[in-house]
Amino acid sequence: MHPFIAALLGGALIGLSASLLLLLQGRIAGISGIIGGLLPPTPGDADWRVTFVGGLVVAGLVATFAAPEAFDSMPLRTVGVTAVAGLLVGYGTRLGNGCTSGHGICGLSRLSGRSLASVLTFMAAGGVTVFVVEHLLGGLR
Amino acid sequence: MKRAVGAFVTGLLFGAGLLLSGMTQPSKVNGFLDVAGRWDPSLMFVMVGGIATHFALYRWVTRRPSPLLEPRFMIPTRKDIDAKLILGAVLFGVGWGLGGFCPGPGLVAVTQGGNALAFVGAMMLGMRLHSLQAS
Repeated sequence: MHPFIAALLGGALIGLSASLLLLLQGRIAGISGIIGGLLPPTPGDADWRVTFVGGLVVAGLVATFAAPEAFDSMPLRTVGVTAVAGLLVGYGTRLGNGCTSGHGICGLSRLSGRSLASVLTFMAAGGVTVFVVEHLLGGLR
Repeated sequence: MKRAVGAFVTGLLFGAGLLLSGMTQPSKVNGFLDVAGRWDPSLMFVMVGGIATHFALYRWVTRRPSPLLEPRFMIPTRKDIDAKLILGAVLFGVGWGLGGFCPGPGLVAVTQGGNALAFVGAMMLGMRLHSLQAS
């Protein structure tokens, strides 16, 4: 499958999943919000968050055997750099109320101005970071 | 129970979409964000497919008086663009470019161990730090 078609179909599945969560629970499918709501958990509100994250993890586990090419065979950066990235993503998505899913897919579909501001900002910040890492710092591999 | 099962299926579907789209490969995210290098535009189509689908279905679903399993829709209503929104997006974008993972793909890849596991552990710590500092 051409990567453009795979990305388009994958995106459609993500949009479908976000619509299903909206239909069932009336909620926005923002991954950082769903997992952030478990840190710490609120009594009576943890079950669906845990099973949603479970669904993500099981999908990945199935792909390990069924479609291993969906994962990189070589790490992009060192483990230390990736951990720093995780800290920034965790803190930043909570501070900014969302990530690629909540702001990128759900927010833009609702024509939210806040989400548009967020998406333009994190895309630009990501682009500048990759420029610095790849072209000035040699890739940090 | 219905809610938990529904959310599991929703998570599976979301994960399948991330896997198919290429978002679970940090090398591909890196190529997408490397506009000045060998730019790989394919991940732009994830947004195209996702927004086209959800834009249409969002309008259809929210015509209902309520969702199926809860009394009312819980959709963000804020419109103000404040410093927290922008600073948070900057930190997220730097982390996304640095590691090649955003939250969903990190969780999908977590059983691969290595970088994905380190990313998810640190991401959860970052989220916890935010909730400690915000409370």
